[in-house]
Amino acid sequence: MNFDPRFSTRNFASVGTRPIRPDGVDKVTGRARYGADFNMAGQLVGRVLRSPHAHATIRKIDTSKAEKLPGVKAVITAADLSDLTDGDAAMYDILDNCMARTKALYDGHAVAAVAAVDARTARQALKLIEVDYELLPHVTDVDEAMKHSAPLINDAIFTEGLEEKPVKPSNVTKRSQFGHGDVHQGFGHADFIVERSFKTEQTHQGYIEPHACVASVSSDGTADLWVCTQGHFVYRQHCAQLLGMEASKLRVTSSEIGGGFGGKTHVWAEPVALALSRKAGRPVKLVMTRDEVFRASGPTSATSIDVKIGARKDGTITAAEATLRYSCGPYPGSWAEIGAMTAFACYKLENVKTVGYEVLVNRPKTAAYRAPSAPMAAFAVESAVDELAKEIGMDPVDFRIRNAAQEGTRSSYGPVYGPIGIGPTLEAVKNHPHMKAPLGKNQGRGMACGFWFNFGGQTCTDLNIGMDGSVSLAVGTVDVGGSRASLSLVAAEELGIAYEQVKAIVADTSSLGYNDMTDGSRGTFSSSMATISAARNAIKVLRERAAQMWDIAVDDVVWEQGHAVAKGEKHGNLGKLSLKEIAAASGKTGGPIAGHSELVADGAGVSFATHICDIEVDPETGATRVLRYTVVQDAGKAVHPTYVEGQYQGGAAQGIGWALNEEYIYGKDGRLQNPGFLDYRIPVCSDLPMIDTQILEIPNPNHPYGVRGVGETSIVPPLAAIANAVSNAAGVRMSHIPMSPPRILAAIEAERAG
Amino acid sequence: MAGVAVSTTINGDSVEYLCQPDETLLDVLRDRLGLTGVKEGCGTGDCGACSIILDDRLVCSCLVLGAEAEGRRVETVEGMAHGDRLHPLQQKFLEHAALQCGICTPGFLIAAKDLLAKNPDPSEEEIRFGLAGNLCRCTGYDKIVRAVQDAANVMKGA
Repeated sequence: MNFDPRFSTRNFASVGTRPIRPDGVDKVTGRARYGADFNMAGQLVGRVLRSPHAHATIRKIDTSKAEKLPGVKAVITAADLSDLTDGDAAMYDILDNCMARTKALYDGHAVAAVAAVDARTARQALKLIEVDYELLPHVTDVDEAMKHSAPLINDAIFTEGLEEKPVKPSNVTKRSQFGHGDVHQGFGHADFIVERSFKTEQTHQGYIEPHACVASVSSDGTADLWVCTQGHFVYRQHCAQLLGMEASKLRVTSSEIGGGFGGKTHVWAEPVALALSRKAGRPVKLVMTRDEVFRASGPTSATSIDVKIGARKDGTITAAEATLRYSCGPYPGSWAEIGAMTAFACYKLENVKTVGYEVLVNRPKTAAYRAPSAPMAAFAVESAVDELAKEIGMDPVDFRIRNAAQEGTRSSYGPVYGPIGIGPTLEAVKNHPHMKAPLGKNQGRGMACGFWFNFGGQTCTDLNIGMDGSVSLAVGTVDVGGSRASLSLVAAEELGIAYEQVKAIVADTSSLGYNDMTDGSRGTFSSSMATISAARNAIKVLRERAAQMWDIAVDDVVWEQGHAVAKGEKHGNLGKLSLKEIAAASGKTGGPIAGHSELVADGAGVSFATHICDIEVDPETGATRVLRYTVVQDAGKAVHPTYVEGQYQGGAAQGIGWALNEEYIYGKDGRLQNPGFLDYRIPVCSDLPMIDTQILEIPNPNHPYGVRGVGETSIVPPLAAIANAVSNAAGVRMSHIPMSPPRILAAIEAERAG
Repeated sequence: MAGVAVSTTINGDSVEYLCQPDETLLDVLRDRLGLTGVKEGCGTGDCGACSIILDDRLVCSCLVLGAEAEGRRVETVEGMAHGDRLHPLQQKFLEHAALQCGICTPGFLIAAKDLLAKNPDPSEEEIRFGLAGNLCRCTGYDKIVRAVQDAANVMKGA
């Protein structure tokens, strides 16, 4: 659906306002039901046994003692989850990650599970399961894993993407390359060249709600799954495939979701819960502990990145190159590939080349985390960009403005940009009062840019008009943070009725056609497109019914501000019919009135942001304090500006935690040493200042209202913006994230020592 | 293991239950009494999602045994509204969009209620430190702090 230019001058009635969300009261009164808040009669408690070893062959699992414990109703191992993946390697990896088949590949890898009458019995049963492990050498560091001497994690993997097929297996699963021009020639034209290496540690999405589900498999082969997920249709597909069910016989209901950020896009516990329920013949509730969430669910990649950028004296970049190594956990992924695509996406470059390497390590399988892979690449590139500006003697904002991508620029990853927001966000930052505010001693200011693709995807929406004129909107994209409010606004806008007249829900998998999951910042973008389309289909029916009520031709009826209006002089006496009046008569004019929409929401507009932050560094301890933070981002069109601000602030806060504090710490034994919120410390209220936001609106030409996704981009610039601020405050370039006090202190001391 | 009989007061109502000696008050509230507004984010007292007020003291219910509630007063998020009238904190959380996913919200509301009971006119810094025991991963805390400031103003005027 194309942007309707009339909307750029149109006064929106609902879109752009800030009403209270429809699911709000339930959430402030404790009534909203999340993954662990659902129960069924006769339900059992499920628990998972996990490997304490980073890498081990499973010789044998003896479950007999556990099975005999009174109150235990089912014990399963990989033997209970037959391989039905039929050569689908990605699905096989998902299956193996749900329950280790021959080898435990990381500390926390599931090896068995039980269902028992209560939690205590289930815990006791786990202790009675005997697993005979043969320990294997392990590797958890991304650079170490690339060495020829590193232990092989999967000897069936040969690096893809090389010119010649390698003869030896490797932990590097794939090489990918992007770019255009000739970087060698480009560097030859440069007056200044900056070449730096960077590392970032692994972080977790850190959603407060652990993974939770209730599975109920009936003996007739049908099943229900209640689960916190970002995509219940995808969960249905994966679970059905892994368990050998027809998708239509598995109904998946998405609960309220207590945070996901990309981490609830993959099945982990759900196939296990279904298998337990199938074996026990009773519903099974499976809730991860926080320890399990950290050890077994979705961290990001750890990365190691080299960047080289050259520029002429006038500040024009002549060439840019990066090599990006991303850890994937023990299964192949495309994380470095995404990093390689996004690395230089903010800039207009004649000569650019990026190479990504996907690296296997004995850590949990990497999962998406908000603009996955982009923050690390942006950290490396934007740090080098700052260094280069400094060498040339240019202001870092002016240097970026000079090289910013524009409409018509061929992006570093291939496509040619339409109208984009990188230039406007930089101009807004240049003129922002934050950039002019004075700084004190030991304080530094940093800024950085970020890019994210955004995604559209398959979307299906139903809009039903009740006989009282109220509107039920059923969407299939899980609401991760206010999309029921934004989609209600869109339905109200399109129909010309009040926001309060619309009630949006997230429908289960049996009530609506397939929807891709809520990822790629697509929730409001794609479902609003489908909602607009559904509303227009409903309006067509409303016009037909009005024509019938008036006994005139439907072509003479138009829809204006929530009313059918008869056009033409001959109908001058007909007045108008409200949606409510038409709905009330629907029983006599042809039955229920509804609009449906099934579409692929192509054309998600790319998104850019620029952030500014001020940091104070204590030179004695290396401790940091975030003094001030500003986010400027293009939203295309902000449907519910308060929730858009919330996305900007939330992404910035997660980025601050990543930049300064959060990291997975592994011991020499390959075990995760900080699987809890005490030792994996995410930012708390007293760590942060207010986070200022500025919403820019550069319409997306592929959406009727100009909407772009807004959820993810806000986590892309912070690592770099904060690194630039810390580097400016401490007087030394920081090249390793997180910039925890010991790392900052070590950098300061090394600089002092010369 | 023999159960422990407990008589307590929850949100103003007398409640009796039987629990295991090693069962947390969080599990009792959620699994035995159906008060699932109290959330479990960690089970180790680090996230504050299970915050309740026990005899005027803010605690993590995952760190209290069910048996310890004997003869005491428990307040949870379910007891904050009066009938269909929301508590000013609940209302301001909605108006300021101080929640995105909402899983931490019950804990924040209880912690904020306890904070304002002890300090009706907190500075921004006092709010930030007063709520530092509660983790939110969605909002960056900005709108939570503003909602609490706004609620404090409303409650002072009441």
